[in-house]
Order: sequence, then structure tokens, then C-alpha cells
Amino acid sequence: MKQTLLAAVAALSLSVAAASAEPVKVGMITTLSGGGAGLGIDVRDGFMLAVKQSGNEEIEVIIEDDQRKPDVAVKLADKLVQAENVDVLTGLIWSNLAMAVIPSVTAQGKFYLSPNAGPSMLAGKGCHPNYFNVAWQNDNLHEAAGAFANVEGYKNSFILAPNYPAGKDALTGYKRLYKGDLAGELYTKLGQTDYAAELAQIRASGADSVYFFLPGGMGISFLKQYAGSGIDLPVVGPAFSFDQGILQAVGDAALGVRNTSQWSKDINTPVNKAFVESFQVEYGRLPSLYASQGFDTANLLLSAMAKADVKDADAFREALQEADFKSTRGEFRFGPNNHPIQDIYVREVIKEGDVFTNKIIGKALNSHSDAYWSECKM
Amino acid sequence: MSLILLIEQILNGLQFGIMLFLMAAGLTLIFGVMGLINLAHGSLYMIGAFCAAAVAGATGSFLLGLIAALAGAAIAGALVELVVIRRLYTKDHLDQVLATFALILIFSEGTRWLFGSFPLFLDIPDALSGPVTLPGGIEYPLYRLTLIIVGLLVAAGLFLLISRTRLGIQIRAGENDREMIAALGVDIAKLYTIVFALGAALAGLAGALVGAIQSVQVGMGEPVLILAFVVIVIGGIGSIKGALIGAILVGLTDTLGGIFLPELMKLFFSPATATSIGSSIASMSIYILMAAVLVLRPTGLFGARA
Repeated sequence: MKQTLLAAVAALSLSVAAASAEPVKVGMITTLSGGGAGLGIDVRDGFMLAVKQSGNEEIEVIIEDDQRKPDVAVKLADKLVQAENVDVLTGLIWSNLAMAVIPSVTAQGKFYLSPNAGPSMLAGKGCHPNYFNVAWQNDNLHEAAGAFANVEGYKNSFILAPNYPAGKDALTGYKRLYKGDLAGELYTKLGQTDYAAELAQIRASGADSVYFFLPGGMGISFLKQYAGSGIDLPVVGPAFSFDQGILQAVGDAALGVRNTSQWSKDINTPVNKAFVESFQVEYGRLPSLYASQGFDTANLLLSAMAKADVKDADAFREALQEADFKSTRGEFRFGPNNHPIQDIYVREVIKEGDVFTNKIIGKALNSHSDAYWSECKM
Repeated sequence: MSLILLIEQILNGLQFGIMLFLMAAGLTLIFGVMGLINLAHGSLYMIGAFCAAAVAGATGSFLLGLIAALAGAAIAGALVELVVIRRLYTKDHLDQVLATFALILIFSEGTRWLFGSFPLFLDIPDALSGPVTLPGGIEYPLYRLTLIIVGLLVAAGLFLLISRTRLGIQIRAGENDREMIAALGVDIAKLYTIVFALGAALAGLAGALVGAIQSVQVGMGEPVLILAFVVIVIGGIGSIKGALIGAILVGLTDTLGGIFLPELMKLFFSPATATSIGSSIASMSIYILMAAVLVLRPTGLFGARA
């Protein structure tokens, strides 16, 4: 299962020579098999694409599959830190795995760059100078959805999420900015795929809108069943149920649904356009937001490598904090807790030819930070 | 809580239970007749869903997809029996678990290799989409109603097969004493292959029917497999009747528990805490049910042997 990939040689590369003499060893632990594999594969492909494009030979990436199991992730992290002696770790998708791995690797003096999971614990009291989140704090997209609900004038939302830490972060996030009442609040089982009971409750609740956070297959099931239920209320969700990998499986049931995201393939910047194009050329499919996060994570790392030697932890940390790279999502900088400050968009699901995809219809939040930075003492 | 909502939820529980029955029936048959613990049953469910999605996607016909699911899962089942399972009958249960667990991994990664890591699209046919209005003003999705009817028809067919046909007699005899029916001249190896393919086809059918309203993806079978094991333990291992009653009990407990327990908790706690505690207890409810049944009847509701 182990793949060691050395960055491809780019003889004609004009890239700035890295300041470090020895190669930077990166350990990527991500989900490459089982139910959530699509997410990990996108993060990996985005990351490797950026490494390849940089032509930088001073980076070695060791990729491992955590199978979405916390115990496997912990073992892999131990191996990468102790046997492989990596400098930087990255790749984790799921918050429960992140909580099991990140505090221990940062305590051992390694850097961790999160391309996805952003549990609230690690943004507030549990923050660490060596932990950087390049995606979002878990609550962010949900906060944006709450703000969007106010704009749309929703007064009585029905909200649901799975019963696990990120699900609770999600509903907390929605309620943080949402000003209306709640027609109902439900925690479903993690991994649940039948939502008939919840849909009956939504129908009976008298809600004027529905907000749901159901990542991966759970969201596909929910949307298909929602479309078949005959309930005619506006639905809003975070981008996780509307990413490029999932939309084709949902089909018409997702058309017109609004969702919140920090990235979209139609963000109109040269960096993003080049990213979307080169990703399609390289892998033959459209990138998802996970791919963009992997791509940004690698570029952040490369930008720091150009400025400092990874063995000089203080200098390298400063270089990371500067976030001196061109993000696919436009403006990007770190807050005091090393979490992103960025714009969050509202997108709508549309059909381009035969392909379902997203189109930006507005901005939900400007230069948005997170709710936990003040609790972070570094 | 209105009466309409209650009836709708009972229908939901029934529909969930009947789909579980399709999975559990094959599992319990295989265990009853061959004494084999087949962890790869969930993979056959996944194969059914993928066959249906691939064929329905290529031809545009949901019915052809269903036929492909039945055929694909039955063929996969027969092949697995011939190549792997056949060598396991005389082995210990632990060896069977190990080998069939390996099959899960092989099927999952094989499916990923063939179809990629992203979920496939499979939608319900237009003729069955949308809600219907039942007597009493209950709006219920037509497709789910169809699932209940199809499931009940399959259950009835299975009862007839087991109780009225020559194959059924052989299956029942095989459950009781496999050496004796071999001595009587029944080709036991062929019988095993047929039973295994039948169980696989039922799992494939369930995968295709449920795949249309859920997501067709690698690993979709394992959560259902766990529930199917709970069902056959409650119903009594080897009993088709037990599987049906057990499946409906589990379906109703799971669905109604998920709704009423949070409501019940609201009498004692603040709404947010109540929802959280209620849903936690609800996810345990079927296991509590299983434990209770096992305390009262250690061989399950209709189990003949320990």
C-alpha cells in the first residue's frame, strides 16, 4: 500500500532554488481505500500536482492510507515520525482521525499542515504553533450558511447533522450567525443512509427551509430521498455534499441547491483557472474543493521551503505563517491561531452539458476568521 | 405527534425491515444449510448495486439494471462458492471469517479498480418517482411503497420455494442432517452452490433496490451486513421466518426509536441535550433489542439449535 513518490525531475525549471540543502520529507496520511476514499484521493492528487508543477526536487512525499480508521492513522503517524523521520505531516481528512494524530505529532516537534479537517479543539484551546490549517475551521462553511439564511429571509430552519464531533461543530456553526428560529434540530447516526424518518419529521415540522451537513454517501442518499419525498422547501448545505466527486451520483436531485464553499472552480483568478485546467489534463476529471485544498497545502509548503530550512523550526514556522503563496481561492492569510482568514462563497448546482457542477452566485462572508482564535494561547 | 406522522414512520420502519430481510434471508440460509459464516455477503450487496448502476446507466432501463443485479450477484456468489468457500466447509468458523473477510477487501478494491473511487449514479425510474397519497391523506414516496410490495412478494416466493419445492425439501434436509442427504444421493456440492447463488442474488437485489435511493459506492455493504447479522441472531440462525420477523422488528425499532427517544428525553432534559442523548440511545436500540431477545431466548426467536 505504500508508495514513495519522488518529485519528477523538471530539467528546464526556472523555479527559485530552495534554501534548504537536504530534501524535505513529507508524510501524507490520508484515506485512499474504503468509503471515504474519493476525498483522500483528491487531496493527494491536488498535492502531488502542485509538487510536480513546482519542479522542486527537494521534496519527498511518502503517502500512506489510513483506511479512515483512527488506530491505523496513529500507527502510521508513529511510523512516519520515528522510522522515516519526516519533517512535515499532512493529509488527514476526518476530524476524529485528526484529533488522534495531530496533537501527538506537533508535540514531537513536527509540522502538521491540515488539508481538510479543522476540529474546533485544535483552533482554540488545543492550538499549536506547528499546526497549520490550510482548509477551514470546521464551523466556517456552516457559519456562512447561517449568514446566507438571514439574507434569504429564512425564519424557521430545520437542521440536521450526524452525531459526531464535526456534526456538532456544523450545527453550532449554523446557529452562530443564523437569526431565525429552529423548526427542529436532529442528530442522525454517522454513516446512516436511510432518511425516511427524518424526512417525515421535516414534513411535519412546518419549517420554511432545511439545512443539512451530511458528508459523502450520506448526503447523496439524503438528497435523492429528499427529491423523492415531495417536500418542497429550499435546501442549503455546505460544499461537502456538493463536491465534484459526489454531484454526478446525486444527479438532478441536486440541481439548484445552494451550498457554501471557500473554493469553486469558477473563481475567476489566473491561478485558479490554471489549476482547474492542469488538474483536468493530469487526471482527466474536474477538481473538487478537496483537490484545491491539497493543491494549496503543497504550495504553502513549497513557499515556506523557498524561504527557510525546515531544520530551523522557528524560521520555517514564520515562513509558513506568512502564507506567501498564490491560493486557488484568491485572498488567503492565516489568523493568530494558524487558521485561514478567507472569503466564503455561496454556490448553486448547475448542469454544464452533461456534467453537474457549481456556479458562484454570491459571497456569504468576507475575510472570515473563526470563533475560537481568542481562546488560542501560543 | 400526529397520527399521520406515526403511520408514515411505521411504513418507513417496515420498508427498512423488508430490505434488511432480503440481506438476512441469504445470510441465514447460507449459515443454516452450510454452517458457514459469510462476511462477504455485504460485498454481494455492493456488486448488485454496481451492476444495476452500470447497466441502468448504459441502457437507461432500471428494469434491465435490476436483472443485471440479480444475475451479477448470483454469478459472483456461485464463483465465490466454487473457488473459495467450498474449501471452508470443514474448517473452523475462525478460518471462514478470515477467508470471507479477505473476500471483502478483494471485492472492495476490485470494484474500486473497475469503477473508480467516486460514487455511481443510480436513480429510481420516472414511473416510480414522487409521492402518492394514501387513504387518510398520508403522502408517501411511491418507490418506498413499491419496495415494501416487492420485498413481501420475494418473501412469499421464498416461503413457497422452501416449503413446496423439491429444492426446498433438500435445503431443509440439508439444514437438519447433511451427511444423511448426501448418503441419499443428493448432489450436496451442487445444492450448496445453488443456495449460495440464491442468497447472493437476494443480496444483489437488495443492493440494487436500495442503491437507487442511497449512494452506490465502495463499502456500502458493510453497515448493512452488521444489521443483517443482528437480524439473524434475533430471528434465530437458519430460520427464514425468524429472519423476516427479526428484520421487521429491527426496522421498526431503529426507525421509531430514532424519533421517539429524543422526544422522550425532552421530558427530562433541555432540548439540545435531549436530542443528543436521545439519538445516542437510539443508535444503541437495536443492540439492546438483540441483547433482550438473547436473554429471553438464547437461540433467537425461531432458532432451532444453539
